[in-house]
Amino acid sequence: MSKRQEFERAASERILIKDGPYGTAIQRAGLSPEDYAAGTALEQEQKGNNDLVNLTQPQVIRRICDTYIDAGAHILATNTFNANRISQADYGAENLVHEINVAAARIIREAIDAREDGVPRFVAGAVGPTNKTLSLSPDVEDPGFREVTYDEIVAVYVEQCRALVEGGADFILIETVFDTLNCKAAIMAVKQLERELDRDIPLMISLTLTDLSGRNLSGHTVEAFWYTVRHAKPLTIGLNCSFGAEQLRPHVQLLSDIADTWLMAYPNAGLPNDLGEYDEMPETTAALTRVWAENGRVNALGGCCGSTPAHIAAMAEAVEGLSPRTLPAPDADMRLAGLESFTIAA
Amino acid sequence: MNELTTARFVNIGERTNVTGSARFKKLIMAGDYDTAVEVARQQVENGAQVIDVNMDEGLLDAEKAMTTFLKLIAAEPDIARVPLMIDSSKWDVIEAGLKCVSGKPIVNSISMKEGEEEFLAHARKCMDYGAAAVIMAFDETGQADTKDRKVEICTRAYELLTGIGFPPEDIIFDPNIFAVATGIEEHDRYGLDFIEAVTEIKAACPHAKTSGGLSNLSFSFRGNETVRRAMHSVFLYHAIPAGLDMAIVNAGQLDVYDQIDPQLREACEDVILMRRPDATERLIELAESYKGKSAADEKAAEEWRGWEVQRRLEHALVKGIDAHVVADTEEARQQYARPIEVIEGPLMDGMNVVGDLFGSGKMFLPQVVKSARVMKKAVAHLIPFIEAEKEEGAKAKGTIIMATVKGDVHDIGKNIVGVVLQCNGYEVIDLGVMVPWAKILEAANENDADMIGLSGLITPSLDEMVTVAEEMKAANMTMPLLIGGATTSKVHTALRIDPAYDGPVIHVLDASRAVGVASRLLSDTQRDEFVETIEADYIHVRDTRAGKGQSELLSLEDAQANFYDAYLSDKAAPPLQPGVHVFEDWDLAELRDYIDWTPFFRAWELHGTYPKILDDEVVGESARSLKADADAMLERIIAEKWFTAKGVAGFWPCARDGDDVTIHDAEGETHTVLPFLRQQVKKSRDRANMCLSDFIDPAGDWIGGFAVGIHGIEEHSKAFLAEKDDYSDILLKALADRFAEAFAERLHQHVRTDLWGYAPQEQLTNDALIKEKYRGIRPAPGYPACPDHSLKPILFDLLDAEANTGITLTENFAMYPTAAVSGFYFGHPEAQYFGVARIGRDQLEDYAQRRGVDMATAERWLRPNLD
Repeated sequence: MSKRQEFERAASERILIKDGPYGTAIQRAGLSPEDYAAGTALEQEQKGNNDLVNLTQPQVIRRICDTYIDAGAHILATNTFNANRISQADYGAENLVHEINVAAARIIREAIDAREDGVPRFVAGAVGPTNKTLSLSPDVEDPGFREVTYDEIVAVYVEQCRALVEGGADFILIETVFDTLNCKAAIMAVKQLERELDRDIPLMISLTLTDLSGRNLSGHTVEAFWYTVRHAKPLTIGLNCSFGAEQLRPHVQLLSDIADTWLMAYPNAGLPNDLGEYDEMPETTAALTRVWAENGRVNALGGCCGSTPAHIAAMAEAVEGLSPRTLPAPDADMRLAGLESFTIAA
Repeated sequence: MNELTTARFVNIGERTNVTGSARFKKLIMAGDYDTAVEVARQQVENGAQVIDVNMDEGLLDAEKAMTTFLKLIAAEPDIARVPLMIDSSKWDVIEAGLKCVSGKPIVNSISMKEGEEEFLAHARKCMDYGAAAVIMAFDETGQADTKDRKVEICTRAYELLTGIGFPPEDIIFDPNIFAVATGIEEHDRYGLDFIEAVTEIKAACPHAKTSGGLSNLSFSFRGNETVRRAMHSVFLYHAIPAGLDMAIVNAGQLDVYDQIDPQLREACEDVILMRRPDATERLIELAESYKGKSAADEKAAEEWRGWEVQRRLEHALVKGIDAHVVADTEEARQQYARPIEVIEGPLMDGMNVVGDLFGSGKMFLPQVVKSARVMKKAVAHLIPFIEAEKEEGAKAKGTIIMATVKGDVHDIGKNIVGVVLQCNGYEVIDLGVMVPWAKILEAANENDADMIGLSGLITPSLDEMVTVAEEMKAANMTMPLLIGGATTSKVHTALRIDPAYDGPVIHVLDASRAVGVASRLLSDTQRDEFVETIEADYIHVRDTRAGKGQSELLSLEDAQANFYDAYLSDKAAPPLQPGVHVFEDWDLAELRDYIDWTPFFRAWELHGTYPKILDDEVVGESARSLKADADAMLERIIAEKWFTAKGVAGFWPCARDGDDVTIHDAEGETHTVLPFLRQQVKKSRDRANMCLSDFIDPAGDWIGGFAVGIHGIEEHSKAFLAEKDDYSDILLKALADRFAEAFAERLHQHVRTDLWGYAPQEQLTNDALIKEKYRGIRPAPGYPACPDHSLKPILFDLLDAEANTGITLTENFAMYPTAAVSGFYFGHPEAQYFGVARIGRDQLEDYAQRRGVDMATAERWLRPNLD
């Protein structure tokens, strides 16, 4: 059975649990700058380059992954949000992109394979948006300017995804999509890679909203986004980061109504407090997301910023035994999109 | 599902398509992307659900234009909200576009033209990029014309596409709408074939959509908007239920089916559905009666006042209705935060529509000038509010100094060019008439102008333009110099003005070219190329002139020997009433019947002969509307006696003396010499080298002279300008010119039948008069048979014209008031008009001697006739 089929069978039986973030967990490990850079010839300061830790302190990543598995997670993402050539260039580490991603996927693969308990678990190779955007000009005086080209972004993603698949990723998770065109370039990259490797690489796509009305940074509504990326035939579509579960609810509901594929949502642990810290209690997050599950809105749940293994465990417990969302029947309407969606009836 | 965003039938906007909108093309060619973006915005604001972007223009880097434009509109949320249709015949352009579009667009188009392999490769790319696609009904053997071919190609494409997993709901078939009612029998079925094909394709290809480009359908009725709109509406009325899902169409070009005149509707249906064999002939016949008429117009006349103010302003601008514009502008002002926003918003939007229509040949000069009147009134209302806020006005595209040069008083053409430029967003600083070069240069510097435009009607103005050019060079100026006016020409500009100035000098043929020239000169990307092209052209003109042997000139002596040997016994009898006759106030109502309208329309750049021009397919509607306005003003001019027609005519005994005509008193004492010029270009066969004096008997004869002028325009012109009404001002001046010409015609008739009286029995219609089917001529100084304007002072002395008619002469011999005509009467039956054309140095020397002036002066007077 392919990983895609395995996932679909698991998702039709239960609400699956995705893990939480790595950033805060790595910080808690208290690594020194030397620990970060250990064994590399990098000249720049590497403290804060959390993706590099996959390579230099793999045991730290493995430990975090194990805590998420223990908490009940089925979908384990790689710690590779910034492990792309553009983001790594900020650390002068762009030549390590391949190694970092192979290592990152391998750590999660090994952690999962070490459990021989029959529970379905999957390695999601996480791909972030990079810090360059294809839809917007960084220069307010010149709205037609772009810092990067579509083809460059595609190449960046091909490089990262190839390494993730090589390291053992089952899926590619395009997450925290703030620019829809970057996401389309990532889809293109995966399609190219599928042809290159002659294999199916299922996609998980997760949008992040930048305002409460429900648009991402490039201005797309949730519907417009779905219709724009639907050609990727993603295994899951969903939302992450953005706000807490409370604020994300209407958007999850909307997406749930229209997306004829599995839905995965992993909100932040509430909104940051005055000090910029997330202080929503695991029980609170769990209670809010349980409502989504009760209403049949989700197929997979997890945590983003501020979430801890305790949050993941609380969520897993809260939705235990609840039925997963059933997929809406696809219709044959023609769907187009600008920043907003447009439908021409079949 | 959101009902608001779900459509049953989709109108795809065509304004951002260089092949569909002349205006958009101009903007893109000029690199004016800011305005091009506004076109897209306007389209979305007007309800376009999808916008088609096409940059397929041979002179354009389509890939660059496409990506530049798409990136720019991506930054405009109120445009980017709708899906795009990326339209190109070149796949590379489409793919470059796909890399810039963040939503889910439509690719327009792919086809099997180059075979299945390429078709599917492109289809796969569409899938990878996440785009729907228009599939043209086109295969390896060509474009589908019959129903069977359309269905066959589309179903084959459908099988291929679904075979590679292309989502059927992302397929849009375009089975080709072709022109019907072309008179070619095979075309009769095109409409019906399309509609029937749509039904079959939809049945055979589940979930696929259909589309078409509508404007082709009515191609044979270009210029007849009423019929075109009706055809489009009728077509959609039948095609939509048959399964048509979308069409590329100008949404403003559709009528509500039920509101179409039933007779027209039926005729359109007969054609489109091929209901009777004579359908085409019947529609063509019926179409005649709709030329220029719009059934919707009358209804709209009542309706539009109820619209929201932005739409009312646009309507007023497009239709040139100024009745409510001040009130509407005030209403808009109260809705906007700042008064400038009214100009930048609804008013400019409206003028953009006007510019679009003019640029695409759907609107003509008189309408544009009317629109400008509405705009000026609206702006005039807002100026005090803007000044009160101390804010800058809308930034002009550029500043242009315009002037009629020193010695010339003609300004109709200059005013028209000024209005057209203003309509297109340029600031025009009009210095008026008789402007000396110093004032032109000073104004250009003070206003930091981008270019200077010079105008002139009479030939001495050509020299004055050279002077301005020389002075600009002396002042180290480099800004472009534009040359326009009836006597100017590319050849003169290239030979005389261009070499006098280092900056670009460009001859602008007519008002419609002015905007294109100005925009290219101000374009960062096009200016250099444009200037180089013009310069190369002028150098070519000069080289051709220099290299090509000009027509051979005879010596003056030989030319004189080849004089026109008129049969002098036929000369006219002495006048019945010799001496000078003054007419203080000729009846305007009578003159009206003598008006020659053809030059009137020409002044408005509507070309054609009156009255046929009124039924012209292209400009007929404009011409009729203009004529109606002219007639209305004529009524007032006559009823309220705006003008006074003053004239004088006189007859004097004379004799030919070589090329001179000498005028003598009763005692035979010569008191005046009229020096005429002789053709010197070598003639073929036995044609003569003519001179006006050839029609005068050396043994004694009679010659006449006249001057007529129309007084009274100033007061009304001022009133119109105070009202910001350029349209009426230009109309007034053009009518005054017509009255002057009509007066000259009427007076000449009076001379033939009564005063001189050599043709007392003459009975001619106005048409025959216009065609000069009478005996005798009245050549005017400054015109081809008598090209020297400096004869006017001599003529005026003979007539005591200044005292008798109030007409004065400028230093360069232009008459003031401008609506004036003067000339000589020749009564010989063989007298005819001719052109003196080029003369030799020998005649110039001879002429200087005859006139008693130095060579330099003679040269200045006769410059247009010299090498």
